[in-house]
Amino acid sequence: MRFLTMIKMDEGRMAGPPPPALMAAIAELGEQATKDGTLLDQGGLYPSQAGALVQVSGGKVTVIDGPFTEAKEVVGGYAMFQLRSREEAVEVGRRFMEVHALHWPGFEGSCEVRQIFDPGDFGQ
Amino acid sequence: MTDETAHRSVEAVWRLESARVIAGLVRMVRDVALAEDLAQDALEAALQQWPETGVPANPGAWLMAVAKRRAVDHFRRAERLERKHALLAHAAVVDPSAAALDAVVEDDIEDDLLRLMFICCHPVLSTEARVALTLRLLGGLTTKEIARSFLTSEATVAQRIVRAKRTLGEARVPFEVPSRAERTQRLSSVLEVLYLVFNEGYSATAGGDWMRPALCEEALRLGRVLAGLAPDEPEVHGLVALMEIQASRSAARTGPRGEPVLLLDQNRSRWDQLLVRRGLAALERAETLPGPPGRYVLQAQIAACHARAVTAAATDWARVAELYAALAVQEPSPVVELNRAVTLAMAHGPHAGLVLVDQLRTEPSLQGYHLLPSVRGDLLARLGRAEEARAEFRRAAALTQNERERALLLRRAEAAVSP
Repeated sequence: MRFLTMIKMDEGRMAGPPPPALMAAIAELGEQATKDGTLLDQGGLYPSQAGALVQVSGGKVTVIDGPFTEAKEVVGGYAMFQLRSREEAVEVGRRFMEVHALHWPGFEGSCEVRQIFDPGDFGQ
Repeated sequence: MTDETAHRSVEAVWRLESARVIAGLVRMVRDVALAEDLAQDALEAALQQWPETGVPANPGAWLMAVAKRRAVDHFRRAERLERKHALLAHAAVVDPSAAALDAVVEDDIEDDLLRLMFICCHPVLSTEARVALTLRLLGGLTTKEIARSFLTSEATVAQRIVRAKRTLGEARVPFEVPSRAERTQRLSSVLEVLYLVFNEGYSATAGGDWMRPALCEEALRLGRVLAGLAPDEPEVHGLVALMEIQASRSAARTGPRGEPVLLLDQNRSRWDQLLVRRGLAALERAETLPGPPGRYVLQAQIAACHARAVTAAATDWARVAELYAALAVQEPSPVVELNRAVTLAMAHGPHAGLVLVDQLRTEPSLQGYHLLPSVRGDLLARLGRAEEARAEFRRAAALTQNERERALLLRRAEAAVSP
């Protein structure tokens, strides 16, 4: 089964780049997950200022340029894993957030762990 | 957190760490059975403590430390017994001092994992034993899960694993990466086990037991692990590429009613492009390494030809036929020859394929194989030899075990008419 993990944080509060020690710790986690054959894909996202929200409201599609000032937390990066259970995915998320707690003083945020729908799940 | 969820969380952490822990322990105690027992002790300790204390910051190191302490206890006990009975236990050759145990450092874990892979797939073991041991020790699957995957009983699998561990002990299989001379053959045994596990899952029909598709994922994962441990082996990357590309077609392989959809009829937009990309990248790594392509690299190259073709019609059949010719040299087999005939027909017309198929008609191993008359029927029909084509389709229909395929073959027999 596949899981998507997304790190979310308050962009206003966590201004500035993450500390190098955190980046090193994240790289190490990624390296280990690659060796374990579980990490399929990952990426960090530019601040929401560079993005846009395409919304449907009242049947109308509108485009709002970033930053997403209305949002409490904004996705900052994602990773896709092939794992064997939801518990494993939660553990992966836990390790990811532990290094944030350790290396980024004052960090507040969350890691959303979601299972990806498998084509084989249809019709079962 | 309820007891059950706490239990499941601990087990999930265990699964992420268990192969490394067991590999490190085997190096320490030189005994697969003992290493697994010690690792189980560590898991028990974790199940007791973590729900209270929380998961430690470095769970792998925690599990290893507990297992090491148990190992020291074990050897002290064994030593005392030995003095008492003046017996020479096999354990006596191991230095039980804490210093010796501490010599197992993080850095060596990679080598330990590679050694464990070679041991689990050792030629003294039967293929079934290799598969069970690999899934148990490297995949961290329970005997119950292995039994379910292979549609057999838990007792059978448990016994298979116990016997395998005993065989390894009796044969005094050393815990080492095989020497140059032996390495190619030993590596091909590991690759064979991984591909066998993959195919066991891949051949399962959609909508079946979830454990069987999970086998594909596990084989693929272990292949990726092996590629990290033995990065200079082109065949390892070749197998990974082959599995990634085959797995990319999972969603397209079956129709809405669960019927199989053949490669050329598949909706290519349903191929998983992430896996295709990963497969092509693995193949590229294999191709940059020196040496002529082996059987897995060749099969991956064939799979890549299909993966790169935007439509079935856009397939580079001349290249596929070339690759099958190379594969037939590496791995001479009538089934490979039959595939080569099909691709020759695609590349150079039905007559080119028929020449080769006709040579295969006397092949004893293909006598009950429905694809031989099915392919021949197809080529004859395309050449306008309707009467012969009909007879071949009927013969194929009588041979196939699959109802849907039989119906299709009979329809094709009906449809074959003289020009």
